[in-house]
Amino acid sequence: MTEPKPFVDIRNAQKSYGALEVLKDISLQVARGEIVAIIGPSGSGKSTLLRAINDLDPLTGGEVWLEDTQINKKLPHRQYEKHINQVRQNIGMVFQHFNLFPHLSVRENVTLAPKLLKGLSDDEAEELAREQLEKVGLIDRIDYYPSRLSGGQKQRVAIARALAMKPKVMLFDEATSALDPELVEEVNLVMKKLAEEHMTMIIVTHEMGFAETVCDRVIFMDKGVVVEEGPPSKIFRNPDNERTQNFLRKHLANANR
Amino acid sequence: MNLDFTVIPAYLDVVLLGAVWTIAITVAAALLSFVGGIIFAVVALYAPLVVRLPFRLFAWLFMGTPLLLQLFLIYFGLVQIGIDLPAFVAGVVGLGLHFAVYNSELIQTSILAVDRGQMEAARTLGLSRGQALRKVVIPQAVRDVIPPIGNNMIALLKDSALVSVIGVSELTLSAQLAIGRTYRPFEFYVLAAVVYYVINLGMEAVQRRIERRIAAAR
Repeated sequence: MTEPKPFVDIRNAQKSYGALEVLKDISLQVARGEIVAIIGPSGSGKSTLLRAINDLDPLTGGEVWLEDTQINKKLPHRQYEKHINQVRQNIGMVFQHFNLFPHLSVRENVTLAPKLLKGLSDDEAEELAREQLEKVGLIDRIDYYPSRLSGGQKQRVAIARALAMKPKVMLFDEATSALDPELVEEVNLVMKKLAEEHMTMIIVTHEMGFAETVCDRVIFMDKGVVVEEGPPSKIFRNPDNERTQNFLRKHLANANR
Repeated sequence: MNLDFTVIPAYLDVVLLGAVWTIAITVAAALLSFVGGIIFAVVALYAPLVVRLPFRLFAWLFMGTPLLLQLFLIYFGLVQIGIDLPAFVAGVVGLGLHFAVYNSELIQTSILAVDRGQMEAARTLGLSRGQALRKVVIPQAVRDVIPPIGNNMIALLKDSALVSVIGVSELTLSAQLAIGRTYRPFEFYVLAAVVYYVINLGMEAVQRRIERRIAAAR
């Protein structure tokens, strides 16, 4: 059977901060519509790997590809800036600490990039904002400012903001780690909905239960390398590698959530 | 005690006209110093070295020399290289640039204090660095820096008295004109002081209003 062409293709990713090697020759492919979880202890490099995908933390070695475009292409400064800004429109990112723009309303947070980068008119932008906010269940907060929202609501607005650019792939960097437990579910529901719509998603998470329910593939990282990967049923129930087993044992409480 | 405040009413209009000029100079210089401060801050943080260095030199000159000297240089000195400014303009330019440099230091700190997650989120959406600065980072930095800049603007008001020495008939000089006619320095300097204080109160009220409007949009 011919391998489907990888949608996101990380080839020999290497990242060092001076003498400290955080990513050691990682290769990873994600197919279109695939939902991949990256799990692992703190310091394993999973966030670094995720942030290398949209070149937020550029790799020191290796390549990252989205379809036919190399994301971390070596270009002269000006050309690189134009290139990366264009590429990033196709990659949505959701952060652990939301990073909503506090001086803008929910509506303005969501419409800022589409209006600025895609030239949408006020009416088109309004429609787009309503569509995305309906999707995350926050249409009634469209005039609010972020300071008046709960953590879960902020994160859902952040997801709507990312979706408003109609990305091809969504990156989630511990999207629920900063949330009070009772607010986690509302964000998970939105992510589940996205998964059902076949969005390509790469999720760095500590939520083993959620990963098991939603993801097609789980990647366990430790100390800068991929230790093991496979379907959730395998990784969570019957992992091969001892390091994986040790890690999951420590997270047993979370896995049973 | 040799005090006679009854001389004041006859010269009140002169002094108040001077107050109007003081307010005009202060407002104009304040605006210049605010806009200039933002420009200098962005240059200091983000411009290439070729552009940064001259600005650095400029800032060093304005911070390292007396404001009075700067006013003299701009009003009297520039004429010799072909720039002949009216006293009012020279006063606004001198005060404005002087305080622009100080404001720039405050604004730079404020820009750097904006959480880097803001820039990251903006870049992640596809905004260029310039767009991210303009739409996300600097608006937040400006909001945060209003209180310390407000303090600078009060200092500017007080330093506006210096433009009296290049002949602008603002409040201090107007008081001196009245004194020249009546030989009553205490009364008129006290009057001028009271008027400065009232203008001060007005500026603080404006600052509070601005801060309240910013807080409402949060």
